[in-house]
Amino acid sequence: MLIKRSSDIEQLSGIRPSEITNKEIYQSRRRFLRGGTALALGSGLGISSMLATQKVSHAASKFSNLIKSPFNAGETLTPYKDVTSYNNYYEFGTSKSSPAVMAKNFKTKPWTITVRGEVEKPLTLGMEDILKHYPMEERIYRLRCVEAWSMVVPWVGFPLASLIKDMKPTSKAKYISFRTLYDPKRMAGQKPALFGSGLDWPYREGLRMDEAMNPLTILAVGLYGEIMPNQNGAPIRLIVPWKYGFKSIKSIVSIEFTENRPNTTWAMLAPKEYGFYANVNPDVDHPRWSQSRERRLGEFRKRKTLLFNGYAEQVAGMYKDLDMKKFF
Amino acid sequence: MNNKQITLIKTGIFLLALTPFSLLLLRGWSNELGANPIETITNTTGIWILRFLVITLAITPLRRLTGQAILIRFRRMMGLFTFFYASLHFLTYVWLDQYFDWPFIVEDIAEHPYIIVGFTTFLILLSLAVTSPRFMIRKMGKNWKNLHRLVYLAAFLGTTHFIWQVKSDIREPLLYFALFSVLMLLRIPAIQRKTPQFTGWFRSVKA
Repeated sequence: MLIKRSSDIEQLSGIRPSEITNKEIYQSRRRFLRGGTALALGSGLGISSMLATQKVSHAASKFSNLIKSPFNAGETLTPYKDVTSYNNYYEFGTSKSSPAVMAKNFKTKPWTITVRGEVEKPLTLGMEDILKHYPMEERIYRLRCVEAWSMVVPWVGFPLASLIKDMKPTSKAKYISFRTLYDPKRMAGQKPALFGSGLDWPYREGLRMDEAMNPLTILAVGLYGEIMPNQNGAPIRLIVPWKYGFKSIKSIVSIEFTENRPNTTWAMLAPKEYGFYANVNPDVDHPRWSQSRERRLGEFRKRKTLLFNGYAEQVAGMYKDLDMKKFF
Repeated sequence: MNNKQITLIKTGIFLLALTPFSLLLLRGWSNELGANPIETITNTTGIWILRFLVITLAITPLRRLTGQAILIRFRRMMGLFTFFYASLHFLTYVWLDQYFDWPFIVEDIAEHPYIIVGFTTFLILLSLAVTSPRFMIRKMGKNWKNLHRLVYLAAFLGTTHFIWQVKSDIREPLLYFALFSVLMLLRIPAIQRKTPQFTGWFRSVKA
């Protein structure tokens, strides 16, 4: 499957072709043979072999000078088409396919983030300044959804820790909380409806300060080397790869440093099913379904879910005194 | 209406009822099942079980409301299509989703209520399908009717199975709950006496 690339990068760095960002090059060599569904399923072949990666036309601006990050899952990337058409983003509808349609004309310019709470100087950050100020890295992470599917995404972003240091939180800041934009006119899923999506808007998420400062935690502004598609949480979202996907809040407009643990959307809706920590853990089932295995998009057989989504080495230390069964 | 015409209509309905399955095959073949094909197959076959169950359970009240006795001739076929989609749904779970991992399947059924409920619904539909041939009706006599009343339980359990695997947006399962509730209310004699009949609107067709 691997075709030798003539680029110098590979020879110099030993990065596998599948890990290289350039989507066109990457996809052009991933033109798998199409098989009849029944045949492929029947013979137990990976579905990936059927998922011919069609060339998607999308004119988005590219990031230049991306820093290649040492954080790289080193696994086959989930095709761009799947990453951008299979989304949980209830602000734009509750089905997986609706965000790509409903968020199409969502305007993300201008965009600001207010920073408040336990900081020396509360302020409002402009998106342009963020993009200018922070050097952007490519981070190839596994993303594990609480619904037991997963993907591998090459995000573009920068460590949340860099931003936090610049904001100078006070000693009282024990937690950091985030909010998504609340604007039902622009986010149709937030419109009040009889038996709506069930969520309480705006979407809220939060982390403990040590979790927020962990080098793995990033604010992402793009994927596949391009600016973030609207359906994936443009213009800026959180990525916490060792936690279930719902922790990685999208379209952030507010960051608040707090002394007390903030309320988080899914834990508010169903506290017995979704906790504040939401660390990926194969040994703690969702009350209604198993978390021990997951379906990697593009694969046929389920794979075993890894503790902390495979990032135990980097994060397990933060939880050594925590009863993970109780604080799920 | 003569038998030849009925056979013709039945063939048409049969082909129509196979459309969701054919479309699924077509989408699979042309690679249009989305990022998570197994989930698409599971959800599509699942929703069609409920849809065919609604159609099946609507036939008796419709017959009464319209006075069209002919409708009853299509009820068994609709019931069997409900079972057909239930079989596909079950097969998708054990084969495509779990890939015959029996220890895990047993654990899944034992530990997760929505799987138990779904499995129970399947067993009910299976028992109804097995006893659907005419000779079974004759053979079972009064017991047949009692057994087939389980279809109401299947409708309730099927809807519960649907609600329990949804994370927060329960609008669609509630729709089916409402539809089944109406269809069951229409079977209560006291309500039947009050519902108007539209028999005059149709030219009566004898079964």
